[in-house]
Amino acid sequence: MKENYVYADNAATTPMSEAAVRAMLPWLTEEFGNPSSMYSLAAKPQAALSTAREAVAAVIGADPAEIFFTSGGTESDNWALRGAAYGAEKKGRHIITSAIEHHAVLEPLEQLEREGFELTVISPDAFGRISPEDVRAAIRPDTCLCSIMTANNEVGTIQPIAEIGAVCREFGVTFHTDAVQAMGHIPVDVEDMQVDLLSASAHKFNGPKGVGFLYVRRGTRLKNLIHGGGQEKRRRSGTENVGGIMAMATALTEAVSNMREEYVRISALRDRLIAGILQIPETSLTGHPTERLPGIASFTISCIEGESIILSLDLAGIAASSGSACSTASLDPSHVLTSMGLSHEEAHGSLRLSLGRYNTEADVDRILAALPPIVEKLRAMSPVWKRDK
Amino acid sequence: MKMYTDKVMDHFANPRNVGELADANAVGEVGNMKCGDIMKIYMRINEDEIIEEVKFQTFGCGAAVATSSMATEMVKGKKVSEALELTNSAVVEALEGLPPQKIHCSVLAEEAVKSAIADYYKRKGMDPTPIVGCTGDCKSCHAHAARDEE
Repeated sequence: MKENYVYADNAATTPMSEAAVRAMLPWLTEEFGNPSSMYSLAAKPQAALSTAREAVAAVIGADPAEIFFTSGGTESDNWALRGAAYGAEKKGRHIITSAIEHHAVLEPLEQLEREGFELTVISPDAFGRISPEDVRAAIRPDTCLCSIMTANNEVGTIQPIAEIGAVCREFGVTFHTDAVQAMGHIPVDVEDMQVDLLSASAHKFNGPKGVGFLYVRRGTRLKNLIHGGGQEKRRRSGTENVGGIMAMATALTEAVSNMREEYVRISALRDRLIAGILQIPETSLTGHPTERLPGIASFTISCIEGESIILSLDLAGIAASSGSACSTASLDPSHVLTSMGLSHEEAHGSLRLSLGRYNTEADVDRILAALPPIVEKLRAMSPVWKRDK
Repeated sequence: MKMYTDKVMDHFANPRNVGELADANAVGEVGNMKCGDIMKIYMRINEDEIIEEVKFQTFGCGAAVATSSMATEMVKGKKVSEALELTNSAVVEALEGLPPQKIHCSVLAEEAVKSAIADYYKRKGMDPTPIVGCTGDCKSCHAHAARDEE
């Protein structure tokens, strides 16, 4: 990364921690053996996988036999949804989800819809929260699966997963949660949350890209997604990414052991960022005021467009992101923001700053100094700014 | 991200001809808030039909700002008849390229110039349609995108 660059897009990805890099390296060179081989070179990688599986399981309160390593969040979500939908098909072909899910959940569900499953999509409230009562009301005798994310990636709102999990359990509905954005940042425990399936991705908690895991509660009917050589107890084929898995386990253990302090530190940075940005006229916070991830500060800024804000911040040495239409090819702004009741106009002016392990007070100072003149410049250029006055 | 050429970034970071024009005799506005881009172009056109002064205001992405800036540069000091020949692809070329999903911004810039010139003729009591043609002043976001593919 360039020197003096402020990275405030940790919800997109995070840099690997030094410990995670160190944990990864030996498995790429001297201990490169295939864990499935019979000879002695396979012994250490095999043992490493067990160690990593135990470490990950311990973090989320699971049994190691319930942890399956994957190539990341998208694969975990695809596997959980397709595998559980077809696994519980005998019960029915009705699936419940929310309008604020990540595309890695919505797209496979829309594919299932094309294959004959029926989908009920629950809308959030204005703060991006999904009501457990709405889930209860959506459940039918033929509901086979419910998928609600642990915390939203765009606005940071944390969902009442334990309550939704209890509702699903009451009706015997398999419950999946995409915990990709939450993992390593807030406590995640599969018993407390009453989930059957849980997806996570290493690169969101200072681990490497291209590796994640799926928690599968023992007894959950789940069809395989990836067929081949029968790795992961014949559930997920493909030679295990030993280095990536070791790095993920290290990063997760690290994140969890520092969670309490980091939660307090990063939340304080986020709150200072929110307070500072709301000083700019006609800006609003999006997402829940309190039930939000420690690192995510998200806003709408009236009369200017998100991509212009991102490009301007980049020129000022700050990385951030936006749910504006211009950041996509579709010409449609973020489905998360519009489902929360924001107009297209408001959603076009969205800004997300997401803080992480390596952000400092100085970073917040930099952002708070850089943003007001950018907003002023873009509003001065905007034909709709003064018109509203 | 590096989605834009240096030329686009230059026109985005240092846009030319930004602002309003108090004594404009031609004002055109295209796009809408729902789609996420609005361009407004102001011109002062003299008796010889030369565009003496031009300014713009744009709500939109980096490409929207850069194409507005470039389009105003390209018509400034030109005769109205020459300005009417400005095409979106000439604007794209002058910017050394745009990503495919941003071509509609250049279409909008062309339309904004035409819309301002149409206004000039309307103010003179003339029907602009035979001279200017379609200014593309429609309310659908996807109309612009569809035109890109032609």
